[in-house]
Amino acid sequence: MTTTKQHGGIGARLRRGVEPAVLLGPGLLFYAVLVAVPVLLVTGYMFATRGRFGGVEWELGLDNFTRVTDSVYLEVFRESLGLALLATLLALLIGYPTAYAIAKLPPRWRTVALVLVVVPFWTNFLIRVYAWIVLLNSQGLLNDLLVGIGVTDDRFTLLYTPGAVVVGLVYSYLPLMILPLYAAIEKVDDDLLEASADLGAGRVRTFLGVQLPLTLPGVVTGSILVFVPSLGNFVVPELLGGGKTVMVGNLIRDQFLKAQDWPFGSVLAMMVVVLLVLLFLGQAWVTRRVEGGARG
Amino acid sequence: MASGTRRSGLGWLWLPLVLCAAFLYLPILVLVVMSFNGGGSAYSWDGFSLRWYDELLHDDVLLESVVTSLGIAAGATVIATVLGTLLAVGLARHTRSRLLEAAAMAPAILPDLVLAIGLLSFFYAAGIPKSAGTVLLAHAAFGTAFVVAVVRSRLAGSDAALEEASRDLGAGALSTFVLITLPSIAPAVVAGALLVFTLSLDEFVIAYFTAGPTTKTLPITVYSMVRTGVTPEINALATVLVVVSVVVVVVAARAIRPKEKS
Repeated sequence: MTTTKQHGGIGARLRRGVEPAVLLGPGLLFYAVLVAVPVLLVTGYMFATRGRFGGVEWELGLDNFTRVTDSVYLEVFRESLGLALLATLLALLIGYPTAYAIAKLPPRWRTVALVLVVVPFWTNFLIRVYAWIVLLNSQGLLNDLLVGIGVTDDRFTLLYTPGAVVVGLVYSYLPLMILPLYAAIEKVDDDLLEASADLGAGRVRTFLGVQLPLTLPGVVTGSILVFVPSLGNFVVPELLGGGKTVMVGNLIRDQFLKAQDWPFGSVLAMMVVVLLVLLFLGQAWVTRRVEGGARG
Repeated sequence: MASGTRRSGLGWLWLPLVLCAAFLYLPILVLVVMSFNGGGSAYSWDGFSLRWYDELLHDDVLLESVVTSLGIAAGATVIATVLGTLLAVGLARHTRSRLLEAAAMAPAILPDLVLAIGLLSFFYAAGIPKSAGTVLLAHAAFGTAFVVAVVRSRLAGSDAALEEASRDLGAGALSTFVLITLPSIAPAVVAGALLVFTLSLDEFVIAYFTAGPTTKTLPITVYSMVRTGVTPEINALATVLVVVSVVVVVVAARAIRPKEKS
């Protein structure tokens, strides 16, 4: 129970038993009520039936699971996964060179750069999405620019397209990609890269053979941190996709707040949770392999 | 590659830095510039004016939602800081259970949408009407996890020797906690509290699901403003929020730095 040495009489030992309870008890009780019970409730809802006037009736069955295989919902899942993956890939392509460059900055400037990466993230999420409504609108600045440099004569709506949704997701979660990448890249010993170069490996080979494998845990962590919130997002598809792009997040939101089909919404939500758990297991596996390899 | 860049400055690496900075800041910059636009359009420039800031100051719905959000954030911060600090100390000093550690972080790891529908279901099943209070409790729940994370990392760096010495000299558990443990983790507790406060102010998804029909937090109000259309007033609001977040991040970065050196 404790790492301290055993000493003192019965009073001291009693204190040692009471103390953990006092420290851990309130928080765990709070969690039990506001986290564990809600998650269990949603898990239970998966097997229940929708109530006639919202809520849930406890007529158990597996209907909600069979409904997920309906082609309409499979299509939403396919599109969500595609958009979230694309956003993750783009964030990685932008984030890796940026994180690498930050890691090579002089220490003083490194802090400044990291603060600059974090500031947009601390700006209200809805405001950041709104900024892209302004930019992508047919009267917006990006259209002005495209017409101005002669790319196109006609103004066209960049807004309310799947592309706008992807840009919005990348913009929203890019800092979550850069920070773990930076942490991973910063740890890489420059001597290893020099050794690789001295042994005749070219830049590409050094990158693919040494740099990338060593920073893989950062790549995986950053990707999960971008992918998961992208998949569950309903604000970006709604505001930048204009309701035409429906993602899993929208579907879940609508089941709970519009269609009032909580049991079906619960199944969809728990599918996201299961995916999340699988991704975390994968992340742990990659981290163990890379760190084990570095030590061995 | 490394030897070259290490000695001769950044080389080509300035390029991704500049591009990324442009990507992150140009959209915000456009909002800030257009917030000083005199005309009614959010797109075309029509002379400098502070008129939208004036509008902002007289938007009662908005101001009321700021007050609501500040109240919720304050309450959630108090609960989360107390529970999170106790939990972090308990985890660090009294258990080695990986399961408990994971459980303590659960609300921060769960997707916000899942926590949101869970809490909505819970409040419904328990017959608790949705209100500002339910949002406060919900924010306290996920805030606690962030306090645990911050305080726990501070405790990981300190050993329990001082606390043991205090015990050996006859101090009770409470006085050891107040006189020895708490001062040593105080910066982390403050940082955790600050984190919860700002997270709560910004949090939309959970608030959206757990707020009562008349409860309007700032993000909920911004959401309905943004949904109804582009207005220069939102630009002014955006500018204010950007300035606030810059101040918070810079202050937090300064507060955390000396700790890292020691």
